[in-house]
Amino acid sequence: MNTIEHEVDVLVIGGGTAGPMAAVKAKQADPSLRVLLLEKANVKRSGAISMGMDGLNNAVIPGHATPEQYVREITVANDGIVNQKTVMAYARNSFAMIEELDRWGVRFEKDETGDYAVKKVHHMGSYVLPMPEGHDIKKVLYRQLKRTRVEITNRLVATRLLTADDGPNGPRVAGAMAFDCRTADFHVIRAKSVVLACGAAGRLGLPASGYLFGTYENPTNAGDGYSMAYHAGAELSGIECFQINPLIKDYNGPACAYVTGPFGGHTTNADGQRFIECDYWSGQMMWEFFQELQGGRGPVFLKLDHLAEETISTIETILHTNERPSRGRFHAGRGTDYRERMVEMHISEIGLCSGHSASGVWVDEHARTTVPGLHSAGDMACVPHNYMLGAFVYGRLAGESSAEFCAAHDFAPVDGGQVEAERRRVWGPLLREQGLPPNQVEYKLRRMVNDYLQPPKVTRKMEIGLERFEGIRHDLEQLKARDPHELMRALEVHAIRDCAEMAARASLFRTESRWGLYHARVDFPDRNDAEWLCHSQLKKDEQGRMASFKRAIEPYIVPIAESERNAYRQLRVALPAEPALA
Amino acid sequence: MQTIPIALNPSAVPVTVDADKCIAHKGCTVCVDVCPLDVLAIDLSKGTAYMKFDECWYCMPCEKDCPTGAVHVEIPYLLR
Repeated sequence: MNTIEHEVDVLVIGGGTAGPMAAVKAKQADPSLRVLLLEKANVKRSGAISMGMDGLNNAVIPGHATPEQYVREITVANDGIVNQKTVMAYARNSFAMIEELDRWGVRFEKDETGDYAVKKVHHMGSYVLPMPEGHDIKKVLYRQLKRTRVEITNRLVATRLLTADDGPNGPRVAGAMAFDCRTADFHVIRAKSVVLACGAAGRLGLPASGYLFGTYENPTNAGDGYSMAYHAGAELSGIECFQINPLIKDYNGPACAYVTGPFGGHTTNADGQRFIECDYWSGQMMWEFFQELQGGRGPVFLKLDHLAEETISTIETILHTNERPSRGRFHAGRGTDYRERMVEMHISEIGLCSGHSASGVWVDEHARTTVPGLHSAGDMACVPHNYMLGAFVYGRLAGESSAEFCAAHDFAPVDGGQVEAERRRVWGPLLREQGLPPNQVEYKLRRMVNDYLQPPKVTRKMEIGLERFEGIRHDLEQLKARDPHELMRALEVHAIRDCAEMAARASLFRTESRWGLYHARVDFPDRNDAEWLCHSQLKKDEQGRMASFKRAIEPYIVPIAESERNAYRQLRVALPAEPALA
Repeated sequence: MQTIPIALNPSAVPVTVDADKCIAHKGCTVCVDVCPLDVLAIDLSKGTAYMKFDECWYCMPCEKDCPTGAVHVEIPYLLR
């Protein structure tokens, strides 16, 4: 096991969606920069869009929506807790990014006049642009990486950032450390600026199936980025605004009302009746889903059996070749034919993901975190409801900001103490003679996450959860890995534990209920705007403790009318009046 | 801590490789390369790919990218 040192100008960690875009844009901003894209799997097929994507969920296209409308919709959908400047930076750059991806060869649905075929799925505006042939998006990205000559390393797992004291500004980024999951070699990468694009914390709760890797998110996205940002001293935001999704039961993939909705598909209760007006994923939508189950009217289903044959075949073609193509096989095994049977759905385990909800590393409208030189983009960066297109836009912003940072800063010194401590932590599980198997520690940790953190949240339970997570912190010192692959799983358990603790502490801090099911607190059932219409932040303080604090919401740049404020709280379909007794 | 004994538990794995079609012995490693979770490996004695770790996301790049159609992904038994 060797130690290998590298030096680059811009280090991008994560080769999924935002990462490749950041690397390409940093290189385009200044072709003389040495840009390294570091990926724990293989850039060709990594991240959330490994098998492509079936549509854009938040396209802001002239003639269909304006940036102002979009900012208003997301502000309301996220119960007012947004830094509108960041959402606006996305919205203003959304269309230019679609056009660029179109030029690169990503195929979007267009109507007979060549205009983008935008659909309405959100409660208020129209932002969904289907990509029925979106399965090759990773190939398109890979071509651009090669064309701009970005350097790529695969199978390197980043574990910690390097920081250096930067006087009154606090620490700045100095690089990162990683290990090879095939050889266990330890890598020290010195960099002037770093982009974190490591995806969601998708391996937090345990799926009801009990299968550790049966998650909604690509399970390589284990929360590594959240953990690295935290330990580098960056601020995180809205961690208590969990990701909880309405999914196909057991398969745990999206039922995809976004794709089927425009064709006439929708969610229903067990009686085949609609109970929500809008299938766009929001905390309130999940709350209504939960209420339907609690009220004995479940399970909830995706209903397609009323659609025409040609419509159903089109839906099958899209859903069974894109994003999660094994879905068709799952349905076949269960004997579910959309023509005859509704698709059984359930409520997922929890995760952290700003692509869908709002939990992530705090960034400004240039993708800068609170640590100088450190940028973040994609599912792990806190820009609410940002989805894939938001990852591309913020990837671009992060790449450009990184190039800019390099122009004004030299390398920061590498602290040998940080390197030594991290090498000891990383190699520990391999060098240990015996110990606990990582898969068992992970299973227990994630079961505890379900037991104590799955909403509705109960104060006493979350406090006990924190005690359990503290116990598992000691178990981490006993992890034993038999080979470099298992070492990767062992280090991921460290990150998952950090995310579990953050999820518990952030949830305890916000003493109100907000975002429907995402932060439903039984002990504080009401929304309390007087005290909590603010961001709730979390960071590692000077004493190394996990500290929570409030951050005021910047004055809105797009005002929200009183009449619109509660639009997303009224999602339930009004029940028909009981017929009068004769 | 006391020495911790480890048991070996059998797992039904979802990825199967048709040995007649697999060309790993000719140097092909496509399925191993593209797996996001790095769960596939080459059995050097047999010259074929196989699923080494039961950590599958049933995402299918291994099957789609295999040049000879040797790889098949099933839904993991626990989810089937």
